Amino acid sequence: MIEQLILTVIMTSIPLIFAASGELIAERSGVLNLGVEGMMLMGAVAAFAVAMGTGSPLLGMFAGAFAGALTAGIFAFFTLGLATNQVATGLALTIFGTGLSGLVGAPLVGQAIDGLAQVHLPLLADIPFLGTLLFQHDILAYLAVIMVALCAWVLSATRVGLILRAVGDNHESAHALGYSVLSVRLLAVIFGGMMAGLGGAYLPLVLTPHWAEGMTAGRGWIALALVVFASWRPWRVLGGALVFGGITIMQLAGQARGWTIPSQFLSMLPYLATIIVLVLISRNREFALANSPACLGRIFHAGK
Amino acid sequence: MISLIPRKDIPLALTVMTPIMAIAITLFVGAIIFATLGYDPLEALYQFFVAPVSRSDQIADLFVKACPLIIIASGLIFCYRANIWNIGAEGQLILGAVFSGYVALTFPGLPAWAMIPLMVIAGIFGGMLWAMIPALLKTRFNTNEILVSLMLTYVAALLIDWIVRGPWRDPMSFGFPLTKMYVDAALISRIELPGIGYLGQLHWGVVGALLLALCAWFVLDRMLVGFQVKVMGAAPRAGRFAGFSPTFVTFMVLGISGAAAGIAGMVEVSANIGQLQPEISFGYGFTAIIVAFLARLNPLAVIGAGLVVALAELGGDSAQITLGMPKVVTGVFKGILLFMLLAGETFNRFHVEIRPSRSSAAKSVEVQN
Amino acid sequence: MKKFLTTLVAGAFAVVGGISATVADPVKVGFVYLTNPGDHGWTYAHEVARLEVNEHFGDKVETSYVENVPEGPDAARVIRELARQGNKIIFTTSFGYMDPTLKVSKEFPDVKFEHITGYKRSSNMATGNIRFYEGRYVQGVVAGMMTNSNKIGYIASFPIPEVIQGINAFALGMRSVNPDAEISIIWVNSWYDPVKEADAAKVHIAEGADILAQHTDSPAMLQTAEKAGVHGFGQSSDMKAFAPKAQLFSSVNNWGPYYISKIEQMMDGSWSTGEGPDHWAGNTWLGMADDYLVLTDFENMPADVKAAAEAAEAKIKGGYNIFTGPYSDNQGNVILKAGEAYHDGNLWNDMNYYVEGVNGKIPG
Repeated sequence: MIEQLILTVIMTSIPLIFAASGELIAERSGVLNLGVEGMMLMGAVAAFAVAMGTGSPLLGMFAGAFAGALTAGIFAFFTLGLATNQVATGLALTIFGTGLSGLVGAPLVGQAIDGLAQVHLPLLADIPFLGTLLFQHDILAYLAVIMVALCAWVLSATRVGLILRAVGDNHESAHALGYSVLSVRLLAVIFGGMMAGLGGAYLPLVLTPHWAEGMTAGRGWIALALVVFASWRPWRVLGGALVFGGITIMQLAGQARGWTIPSQFLSMLPYLATIIVLVLISRNREFALANSPACLGRIFHAGK
Repeated sequence: MISLIPRKDIPLALTVMTPIMAIAITLFVGAIIFATLGYDPLEALYQFFVAPVSRSDQIADLFVKACPLIIIASGLIFCYRANIWNIGAEGQLILGAVFSGYVALTFPGLPAWAMIPLMVIAGIFGGMLWAMIPALLKTRFNTNEILVSLMLTYVAALLIDWIVRGPWRDPMSFGFPLTKMYVDAALISRIELPGIGYLGQLHWGVVGALLLALCAWFVLDRMLVGFQVKVMGAAPRAGRFAGFSPTFVTFMVLGISGAAAGIAGMVEVSANIGQLQPEISFGYGFTAIIVAFLARLNPLAVIGAGLVVALAELGGDSAQITLGMPKVVTGVFKGILLFMLLAGETFNRFHVEIRPSRSSAAKSVEVQN
Repeated sequence: MKKFLTTLVAGAFAVVGGISATVADPVKVGFVYLTNPGDHGWTYAHEVARLEVNEHFGDKVETSYVENVPEGPDAARVIRELARQGNKIIFTTSFGYMDPTLKVSKEFPDVKFEHITGYKRSSNMATGNIRFYEGRYVQGVVAGMMTNSNKIGYIASFPIPEVIQGINAFALGMRSVNPDAEISIIWVNSWYDPVKEADAAKVHIAEGADILAQHTDSPAMLQTAEKAGVHGFGQSSDMKAFAPKAQLFSSVNNWGPYYISKIEQMMDGSWSTGEGPDHWAGNTWLGMADDYLVLTDFENMPADVKAAAEAAEAKIKGGYNIFTGPYSDNQGNVILKAGEAYHDGNLWNDMNYYVEGVNGKIPG
């Protein structure tokens, strides 16, 4: 029983883990992309279309990543290439992505597919309790954890991470040091899009194997909150996603068990917690600098 | 490699031409999309841009649709000019609606002359209250206002959801999440033009919106506080030397934009809905951000920008009704329009050069917004 | 009232048969949808019915629809525009369109308006509804016989009368065959959020439920049931394609006959708002007996369950009032004594309780 509930929490948080750790990388480079919802939907529709067309959910997964990256490319073109405002462009991207995914997906409505198969890790899957929870997932779920680990490692222990953070913290100094601010940000944004696409792909490939217009139902926005909640740390994204997912499931399970707290208040908790986290990390200036990208949302362009 | 060179002075002709060019390109791209989907492109464009405004009452309805966008964007401009990024207008709008709704629902016996003004004041208070939270956290703890205002939008949406399903639900609504209808005195009335009568749904809130945009222009361009806002945004250091308080400016601009969003919430409910329900805004608070940018953060241009965005919305409905074009096409088209207008803004302010890559030994310039 | 309407419909058929020889401009009929027809549920059922209208009338009518219309001021504008474009009868297909439809109906006295599932009407605005709860009684019978764990998981949208009626009808059907089975309810506060519906289904399964029912629109619950190897019922439209092994049956909302009869009445001038403004259920509120609610094939169940389901279906079609005493609410208070029964008004005004067999209490 409890095992299955925890498993549900894990599965429901996986799209958030993908989307939020992608957005985390983009934000660490100083770019705020509010178009996560649009990118997730593009990833979802592409994943479903390809999985249905080819019969291979695995190809669908790649298509989702690619579509997300491509959608992010539009954002990058405008915000980095043409220095448009990130907030406005991100909102426009969500409108555009929601619309385009619906348009592309119209002929796919009413179809069902076999989702991604579970991959039981040998030996590990047989461990009682933990085996079911952790080692009997589909490939995307394992990938989510691998990507978080990768992000954490790249950010903290590699030169690439150093450059990324330098660009996000002070783009002028980074530029003066000879790094191409725009190229770094371009790659970060594209990576963010790819991850959002994978997060979106998880919905039609695993959670609900069909396509429906607007099926992400606001999860892209939750991912944005999650990045802040995690104070821009990849492992905390993983933990935070479980907390967000846990509260959702707790609310549902509580009802099934006859709790009567208005669900709205439980739903508010993650957002209020995010604000509190934000206050805690911003209060101390040094701590804030160490944790949050100082140039977030600010436009950089190299000109004469 | 695209490189952007800021223009020293922007010729007026260019300022006028860029949005027109942006719209022209959108029309062209849109025509291609429509043709690809099997619609007659000219007919589709006609349905989008001409049909929705082909009668006087429809033009009036366009203003009604643009009304909340104009009100909110007029306030947001203060924030963005001061380099304060309030993206939580949606939540501030909801709080404005809830507070003004409190007045309307709790004191239905108020005389007509007091009802609307009190509701406006309550709306302003609600919107400001919600905007003061990011202001307080930013000035006190240096917390990022983009994220706080966004988080508070989720909280506000859940709050009104709870209110209309729980404590304020009309006992006669059969369990449907609706409050009681507002009494007549709490409704903003439609405008009766002498000799013509009612024109579409045109209501007094629209007049208020236009006046607010004018006020915003006056304050921003003609008053010291407006100057403070602009200086703090463009050159914070200079502002500090001049003795302007960044804390004061932060509170002021967030207060102004929260108040504006609160008014928009009050007007929208009181003029168009007449009771509180779980959804009252339909994303006006977010769309207004785009409107503010399309207007280049100029309060007078907000009116035009609000109308253009509202037109795209109405055009989508019109194309659906007459051509059976799915709503999602509207989203795509609207997205493209916004991209193009935002890009047009760049072409207006910068000289854009496309050069072979890596030739830029240029020095970095930080641009506001 | 049923008889009254049947007579009307029959009359309408006769008259239209006479008219059809004359050639005229097509009559325009408008529809307003809350989501897009791709929801597989509520709006999809309306879209199917609209296509039936096209089929039935051929070039005598011209239908159009507007989708994704939010329940607010935009709705009034869209409805008004449809009226202006010359639509003679306009169907607004969500509860939230009630006040906008009412408002616009007063501006266009010559246009007929049909609002679906509301309770306000005017001289040219009627209401229509389906007795969805009838299908849920049959679901309850099947669930009661099929369950091994005696735990039924029910996913609900909002605590409005239609949904409460459905829950209680389900419970009465279930308890008629299995006095030990219990229903727990999860409110997802949405008509349509596939991921949340799937989550709710998983939670129910984790809590031990082996039969799932839903009053939400996406096929996500059934897909989850399919994967977990439990059973469930589809909503609004046939969802077999999504869960061939899990779907016991779907209650399909069949709006076609309602649309067709109302359009015919409008054409021959016999359209009316029915019995007057003071009855609750809707001017048109029909169910399985009139094929407004259709159950798909009973599948994935043993023969005896199937037989019981068929019997329950026949009983209701034969006029059985589901809300007939004796029964109590889940606090033990007697609601109806033996021989007492609810009339339609009670269903809307008095049903603020869960019957025995349902856990918890109505939120709000």
